[in-house]
Amino acid sequence: MTGGTHGPVTRRGPLPSSTYDIAVVGAGVVGSAIARALAHHPRLRVALVEAQDDVGQGSSKANTAILHTGFDAVPGSLEARLVREGAHLLAEYAAESGIPVEPVGALLVAWDEEQLAALPRLAGKAERNACRDTRLIGSAELYECEPHLGPGARAALHVPGESIICPWTTTLAYATQAVRHGVDLHLNCRVEKASRCDETHVLHTARGALRARWLINAAGLHADTLDRALGHDDFTVTPRRGQLLVFDKLARDLVRHILLPVPTALGKGVLVAPTVYGNVLLGPTAEDLHDKCATDSTADGLALLREKGRRIMPELLDEEVTAVYAGLRAATEEDDYRISAHPDQAYVTVGGIRSTGLTASLAIAAYVTELLTDAGLDLGPAEDLAPVRMPNLGEAFPRPYQRPELIVADPEYGTLVCHCERVSRGEIRDALASTVPPAGLDGLRRRTRARAGRCQGFYCGAAVRALFEEARG
Amino acid sequence: MREVAVLVVGAGPAGLAAAARLAAAGVRRVEVLDREQQAGGVPRHCAHGGYGTWLHPLTGPEYARFLVTAAQGAGAAVRAGVTALDWAGPLALHTVGALGPEVIGARAVVLATGARERPRAARLVPGTRPAGVYTTGELQQAVHLYGQHIGKRAVVIGAEDVSYAAADTVRAAGAMVVAMVTDLPRPQTAPARALNARLRQGVPLLTGTTVTELLGHGRLSGVRVRHHDGRTAVLPCDTVVFTGDFVPDHELARRGGLILDAGTRGPAVDGSLHTSRPGVFAVGSVLHAVESAATAAREGAHVADAVLERLAGAERSQAVPLMADPPLRWIAPNRVTPADRLPYVLRTTASLSRPVLHVTQDGRYLHRERLRAAVPNRTVKLTARWTHRVDPKGGPVRVTLTDR
Repeated sequence: MTGGTHGPVTRRGPLPSSTYDIAVVGAGVVGSAIARALAHHPRLRVALVEAQDDVGQGSSKANTAILHTGFDAVPGSLEARLVREGAHLLAEYAAESGIPVEPVGALLVAWDEEQLAALPRLAGKAERNACRDTRLIGSAELYECEPHLGPGARAALHVPGESIICPWTTTLAYATQAVRHGVDLHLNCRVEKASRCDETHVLHTARGALRARWLINAAGLHADTLDRALGHDDFTVTPRRGQLLVFDKLARDLVRHILLPVPTALGKGVLVAPTVYGNVLLGPTAEDLHDKCATDSTADGLALLREKGRRIMPELLDEEVTAVYAGLRAATEEDDYRISAHPDQAYVTVGGIRSTGLTASLAIAAYVTELLTDAGLDLGPAEDLAPVRMPNLGEAFPRPYQRPELIVADPEYGTLVCHCERVSRGEIRDALASTVPPAGLDGLRRRTRARAGRCQGFYCGAAVRALFEEARG
Repeated sequence: MREVAVLVVGAGPAGLAAAARLAAAGVRRVEVLDREQQAGGVPRHCAHGGYGTWLHPLTGPEYARFLVTAAQGAGAAVRAGVTALDWAGPLALHTVGALGPEVIGARAVVLATGARERPRAARLVPGTRPAGVYTTGELQQAVHLYGQHIGKRAVVIGAEDVSYAAADTVRAAGAMVVAMVTDLPRPQTAPARALNARLRQGVPLLTGTTVTELLGHGRLSGVRVRHHDGRTAVLPCDTVVFTGDFVPDHELARRGGLILDAGTRGPAVDGSLHTSRPGVFAVGSVLHAVESAATAAREGAHVADAVLERLAGAERSQAVPLMADPPLRWIAPNRVTPADRLPYVLRTTASLSRPVLHVTQDGRYLHRERLRAAVPNRTVKLTARWTHRVDPKGGPVRVTLTDR
């Protein structure tokens, strides 16, 4: 690492009165990736501003956790390009940073005549999106690949490039690296109003005013609101809720690939996919809503998922559910990302980043950096970032309890607190002392998996809370 | 690989009782593992009484200490803070603890891995994901082991024994029980206990009522409930405790490929508590989620005989399946041999006022037993006085429940 000192991570108190060069609004996966990209330029003073008490608290934490190839994007769209580029960048970054990725591949399973007919068209689309290794497989081979699939599957399109990834570690890695290279991360800092005077943006936040010469809007679900505050009326975010069920680790052996539905006129459908933590996901629903806070699950949604799941993989429904969650996708009226620079206003909008945002994040960040340069911002000299090494939450890689050398050096890694997920006291201690520490037990769960298992805290909940409260003093 | 004679997984009442009895019978190298930092199992955090015997009543923590001391006193090694991760062979386990990984082989393995309450997510209760959502297990540990603050107003979901224990814990933490909620028409505990809670402590009991939604962002603000007649209401509260609905912690049994019983979802065992794998036994709540600590400890003591026979080289006798027909939910043990002497525990989904249990095999009557009551979520018992009539070469033995 050269130059920079750690930027502060603040959750309360007044904000610095000096003027930043750039403020990035929204510390989701996209905003954090942009802040990380800007951290390459030590001369820039960058603030990453987030309404919630942690990074990755919006759509970034509640999605299907897939590293896409972009095979089904609209060919020629910005999204298609950034997903394609981003997938390669993120796969590389994940390997370097210890973000768990499993290249399990996807199968688009056709269950009826209409879906069967759609498969060759999807293969052609994949081809146009430079995803050239897809292959149609017949029913016999499909059941050989996925013996627990429910009866009635006709054929499938195999997309070997699709992977599963840890979305929480990804956002956290970006934010950690950004902060370590001098980006200031201000949490609990909802932007209530934005104005611009004397070539300076003034963000009126819950914690006071924050000034910056340039503004990047990565506010996700709220990107349209901020955009309008700056006088633009380019798009409207309609939150599309996706409810998901997470099944226990004992279900993991049932499924080998990401089992994608074939998109039809009736919608995108429901998938079954393994997670890097060794669980199985069933979801999402797709409900267009108006409320940007409606992350609650509903009886109807869960019933629908169970009905669909029973068809795709009947045995899955016999397993215990360990979690139910709902995320909101930042859908807009357009079928593409809405990324645009307004040089006269020293402002860049990064809107309409839908479920592919995780995959595309690094490419979006690079694209936004280019836009800034093109708009006339001198970023100054660039430096390499010191690599980060994130704690491994994935089952495909050795966890601390599986590493004798680590336990010999520090017995705390052999002292398990959360038994379902086998999280050691050492990992909890590390997370509590990390660069971007958790604000609460949910944040601690996303950093360690503590309390995320089948017992949901029956055994370890109180012990984990005690460790958290002790660290907070 | 380190070798012991008997490896017991789980140092709760069942595992500790088994270890104590085996060590007292002269078996050397009996070892009990527990993944928690303290041995003793669930009674560790049951601050209430009701443990021990009539002559020597104990609280849960006292009973846990008594069992640990008894096992150690008899010569068993009790090792807390050690997790049995997976099988390393038919009778060997991978373990890990602060001292690092170890493979432990044994001549007999006893699984005493217990049970847990199903949490909110597993019950598919919709709504937001706020803080303040507990199971009884977490609540009791939070209050009795860590002295944590739990909120001010709690709704307790369930009206069985464990639910009333949860309500007591809420009050012990200085909070108020807003209501207890059960989807059944009556509470499933001793009438005196239900009356005491309702009249002396003033806790409303909502029967025929289900929880349909959790409300609140950040912290729980209330639960929405629906009565069977369609009425709905929101109970404002900052804490909700999901009680009962126990499931066995059967991960090791499943990973080992042991046959599970479809009813209990625990390992299938015969009356000697032998599982489907020779040399592997199971005791306690993993067999029947859940029965009392006394039942678990009794099974622990009982399994010692079969383990001793196994160590002496005896072969296991052939067992036939023992099945419970609806409205019975399950029976444990759920395999039977003519030599079995351990009484059976069962659960029913229906409430019967003059219940009779019938035991048949291939249409042949083996036994009939009148019960005093059959209530959901409460223990139903069946004696083993009929097992000598079982034909070990015959078909499954069936147990049915009818009203007189």
